[in-house]
Amino acid sequence: MTKQVKQLDRVIIRFAGDSGDGMQLTGDRFTQESAAFGNDLQTLPNFPAEIRAPQGTLPGVSSFQVHFADHDILTPGDSPDVLVAMNPAALKANLPDMKPGTSIIVDSHDFSARNLIKAGYAGNPLEDDSLADYALTVVDLTGMTVAAVKEFGLSRKDAARAKNMFALGLLSWMYGRPTETTTAFLEKRFAKSPDIRDANITAFKAGWNFGETTEAFAVKYEIKPAPMSAGVYRNITGNLALAYGLVAGGVQSGLPLFLGTYPITPASDVLHELSKHKRFGITTFQAEDEIAGIGAALGASFAGSLGVTSTSGPGIALKSETIGLAVMTELPLVVIDVQRGGPSTGLPTKTEQADLLQAMFGRNGESPVPIVAPQSPGDCFAAAVEAIRIAVTYRTPVMLLSDGMLANGSEPWQIPDIDELPVIDPAFATAPNHEVLDKDGNSTEDFWPYLRDEETLARPWAIPGTAGLEHRIGGLEKGDGHGNISYDPGNHDYMVRIRQAKTDRIADSLPPLEVDDPSGRAKVLVMGWGSTYGPIGAACRRVRKAGLDVAQVHLRHLNPFPKDLGEIIKRYDAVMIPEMNLGQLSLLIRAKYLVDVVGYNHVRGLPLKAAELAEAITDLISTTTGEATADDAGTSSQDKESVR
Amino acid sequence: MTTTEPLPFPGLKGVPTTDEKQTGKDFTSNQEVRWCPGCGDYAVLKAVQSFLPDLGLLRENIVFVSGIGCSSRFPYYLETYGMHSIHGRAPAIATGIATAREDLSVWVVTGDGDALSIGGNHLIHAMRRNVNMTILLFNNRIYGLTKGQYSPTSEPGKVTKSTPAGSVDHPFNPVSLALGAEATFVARTIDSDRKHLTSVLAAAAAHRGTSLVEIYQNCPIFNDGAFDAIKNPDTKADAIIPLVQGEPIRFGHLREDGQPSKGIVRSATGGVEVVDTAEVPEADLLVHDAHVDDPTTAFALSRLTDAGVLHQSPIGIFRSVERPTYDDQARAQITTASAGQDDQRTALSSLISGGDTWTVI
Ligand code: SF4
Repeated sequence: MTKQVKQLDRVIIRFAGDSGDGMQLTGDRFTQESAAFGNDLQTLPNFPAEIRAPQGTLPGVSSFQVHFADHDILTPGDSPDVLVAMNPAALKANLPDMKPGTSIIVDSHDFSARNLIKAGYAGNPLEDDSLADYALTVVDLTGMTVAAVKEFGLSRKDAARAKNMFALGLLSWMYGRPTETTTAFLEKRFAKSPDIRDANITAFKAGWNFGETTEAFAVKYEIKPAPMSAGVYRNITGNLALAYGLVAGGVQSGLPLFLGTYPITPASDVLHELSKHKRFGITTFQAEDEIAGIGAALGASFAGSLGVTSTSGPGIALKSETIGLAVMTELPLVVIDVQRGGPSTGLPTKTEQADLLQAMFGRNGESPVPIVAPQSPGDCFAAAVEAIRIAVTYRTPVMLLSDGMLANGSEPWQIPDIDELPVIDPAFATAPNHEVLDKDGNSTEDFWPYLRDEETLARPWAIPGTAGLEHRIGGLEKGDGHGNISYDPGNHDYMVRIRQAKTDRIADSLPPLEVDDPSGRAKVLVMGWGSTYGPIGAACRRVRKAGLDVAQVHLRHLNPFPKDLGEIIKRYDAVMIPEMNLGQLSLLIRAKYLVDVVGYNHVRGLPLKAAELAEAITDLISTTTGEATADDAGTSSQDKESVR
Repeated sequence: MTTTEPLPFPGLKGVPTTDEKQTGKDFTSNQEVRWCPGCGDYAVLKAVQSFLPDLGLLRENIVFVSGIGCSSRFPYYLETYGMHSIHGRAPAIATGIATAREDLSVWVVTGDGDALSIGGNHLIHAMRRNVNMTILLFNNRIYGLTKGQYSPTSEPGKVTKSTPAGSVDHPFNPVSLALGAEATFVARTIDSDRKHLTSVLAAAAAHRGTSLVEIYQNCPIFNDGAFDAIKNPDTKADAIIPLVQGEPIRFGHLREDGQPSKGIVRSATGGVEVVDTAEVPEADLLVHDAHVDDPTTAFALSRLTDAGVLHQSPIGIFRSVERPTYDDQARAQITTASAGQDDQRTALSSLISGGDTWTVI
C-alpha cells in the first residue's frame, strides 16, 4: 500500500521495556541511524540500578529516549511524542510522561493476566478505554518476531529476544532511518553465533517490512537532516568523550596517564574505555578501594605521570583526605566526579548535580581545588583537556564534575582537529633553583621545592630520577620556599593564603564569558553550570520565541569563577540559577557577589524540563519588568524549542 | 644469614646504578632527627643509611614513602626522594610510583597502627599484587605519636590510656597476616641487631615483588621493654628462634655438649612445635626453607610468636618465593600494546574519529 509521508521538524521517541529486553541497545541503534542520517539529536538513557530487577515489574523498566530534529536541539526532550512499550510495566511506568494526543505502540504479547498484575494493573488497559486519549497501536511484536525467525531453529526464548530488533525495524521504517549501520552492527556483534546474528537481522528487516505492508501504520514521517557547521561528526556519549579527552590531555602534555580508580556507577565506563588504550602509555589500576585508587594516582603524579582518578559522589567522600594531600603537596591530579543522585548511595543510575559544594569544600582546612564542568556529552572531551591543563600548569588537583545525564547521554560531536588542542607543558624542574651560602661564604646551589613561579604561583615539579633535586614532600605544613616542615604561625598563614592565591590566579588564564543576549535588552540573566546547559538553553529559546528578552550564561569554571562574572551579573536586574540541587551554585554566587539570585531547583534524578523552566523564567521576567504574563511561554506554547 | 642473590639484585633490575663511592652521609638529609631519646627508630635509620650505599644505586632513583606515625617521619631524614603521606595509605601511593616507574627503588616505611589498622586494606592488597617494593613495618605494639593507646599488635589485656581496664582486642600477627595475604617475601628482624637487620634489608631489596619486613622496634616512652625477652642477654637465647636458610631450626640456652637445648619439629597436628633437642633425633628437626612455594610451614612457624606478652619469636626470613609482579606485568601490557604503533598524535586522531562518522560540508 502507498503510505502518506508527513514532514516533521523533530520527534522524541522513547523505547521502554524490561531491563532484559535490550532497550538500551535498541535506542542506541536508532540514535546511530539518526546520526548517520544527519539529524541533530540528544539522548537520555534511563535504567534501573539493579542489573536484573524482577522481570515484568515497574522497578525493572528500562528506557531510552532519543530526540532528533532537522535543526539544532539542546535537550533529550521533555516528554515523548512516541512511546514504544514492550510490556505492561513499561506502559504503566512511562504513561505519566505522555501527553494526550501522543502515540503509543504496544507489544501486546506480554499482556497476560499475570503480567498485568505484576505491573499493578487491575484490568487490561488495552481493552478498556483508559488509553483513549492517545493514538494507540497494539501489535503482537513478539509473536511476529518468533514467526519471522522460525527458520533458524532457535529456542522460543532466544527467538523472542530478537523482538527489540523487530521494534527497531518498525520505527526505522516509520521515520525513514537508514538501515545499513544497524545491519553492519549486528553482523559484527553476533559474528560468533551465526544463528543469532541472522535471527536479529531477519527480525530487524521483518519489522521494517511490517511497517511497509500493514495497514496499522498509514503514515511515515520525514525529518530532514539538520544544518550543521562543516566538519566530521560522530555520535558520542559523555563518558566516552571524557575518556578521549583524558587520552588527548595525555598526548598533549607528553605525560603517561595513570588512572587509579575503583568501579562505581555511573563512572566505570571511563575505566573500561581507558583500559583499552594502553598503546598511549596509559596505565589503568583497578584498586582495592576508592582511597587506594586516588593514592596510586597521586603516587604516579609524584613519579611524573599524569594521575587521574574517576568516581561518583560517594567515592569523592572517600578520596577527600588524599585530595587534601594533593593540595598540600601541590601535585597535578585530575579527580573526576560523575555525579549521581545522593546523599549516600542515593540514586546510582540517576542524574543530579549536588556534589558542587562537596567538590568546593569537602575537605579539612583551607583546601582550595579548581573545578571544571562540561555542559554536554560531547563537551566532556574539551572539559577533560581543560582539567588537565589546569592540573599540570598549576600543580594542583582539579575536580571535573560530570553527571549521569552527560555520562550516558549522547549527541553528535564535531570531531576536533587535534592541532587546535592546547599544548600542555609539564615543565619539569631539571636544575637547582636556589643559591645557598655555606658557613665559609661559598655559594652552592640547592633545590627548593616550594619556590613559586611568579606568574602562576605554581611550584616546581621535580620528579624522582632527577639528580640533585632530591626532596621530601608530605601532608605537614611546608615552609615557604624550602618546603621543610614548618609549624611557624606566620608561615602557615602565608601558605594558606598563597595556596588560595594560586587557585585564584587560574582566572587569569580563562577566556571571557560568552553571554547569550541576542536582543541586548534582557533584564534577566539565567546562569547555569554542567548538564543543565541544554534545558536552560531550550527554555531561553522558548521565552524569546514568546517575545521576551532573556540572557544566558553558562559556567565551565566553578572555581575560580571567571574574572568578568561579577561585572556580568551587575548588568542584569535579576539572576536565575536553575540547578539539579537545592541551590549550590546560588549559594556560591550569593556569597561571592552579594547578589540575591533566584534559584530554580529540582532534584528528581532527571534533567530539568525546558517547558517548566521557561515558565519560571517568564514569571521572573514579569516580576522584574512588570511586562509579561506567565502564559506567554512555557508549557502552553506549542512544543517547539528552537527558532532558527 | 646473608643474601645469595648476585648484584644487581633482581628486585632492583631497571634501577640505574653508579660506580661512585657512596657513604651513609650521602643518604643523610640536613633535617634534625626528632624521635624521643632511646627510640628504636634511630637504630633503624642508621642501619638504613649505612646500608643504602651497598646497593650502588643512583640516589635520585630511590623513593621512600611513609604514612603517619612516629616511624613515618623516616623519609625526611634520608637524602632521597620521599613522600610523608597520610595515615595508612603509603602502600597505595607506593603502588602508583612503582607501577609508573621501573627505574625507581621504592620503599615504604610504616608502623603497626599505620599498616595494620587504618591501612590494613592497602597493605594486604599490595602484598597479594606483589608490587615491587619493600615495606618496613616498625612494630612497637603501641600508638606512639598519639601518646600511648593500644595498637592492633598490642597484647590482650594491655592497660593503656584508652584501655584502663585492659584491652579486649585480639592482636594481629603481622607475619601470619602477610603470609595469608599471599606475600612473596616475609621477614622479621630487630631494631637493635644491626647485622641481622642489614642482612634482611639486603634480601628484601634483592627480592622482586613486595617484601614485608617486620621490625621489632622498642618505644621507650609508651611501651618500654615490649621486646625485652629477645633483647635481654639472659633470655634471648630462649626467645629468638633463628630462621636460617637450609639449617635445622635450633635455639635455646646451650646444653652441656654445647648444642642448643631446643628445636622445632613438625607436630602431629600438622603445625610445628618446640621440643627438647635431647629428646629427638637431629634428623627430625625442621630444616628451614623459605623458598618452598607452599606457605603452610612458614605460617606454622609464624604461630610460634606469642599473641600476648612476648617471650618467644622466630626471627629471619619466613618466605621468599618468586611470582610475577603486578608492576612488571602492567608495564609489559603497555609495551606490547605500544610496539610498532603510529606516533601518538596520529593515533589520537584516528581514535577520536573512530566509530560511525559523517561529514557535513
Ligand atoms: S613515642 Fe615511642 S616510637 Fe614514637 S618517637 Fe617516641 S619512643 Fe619512638
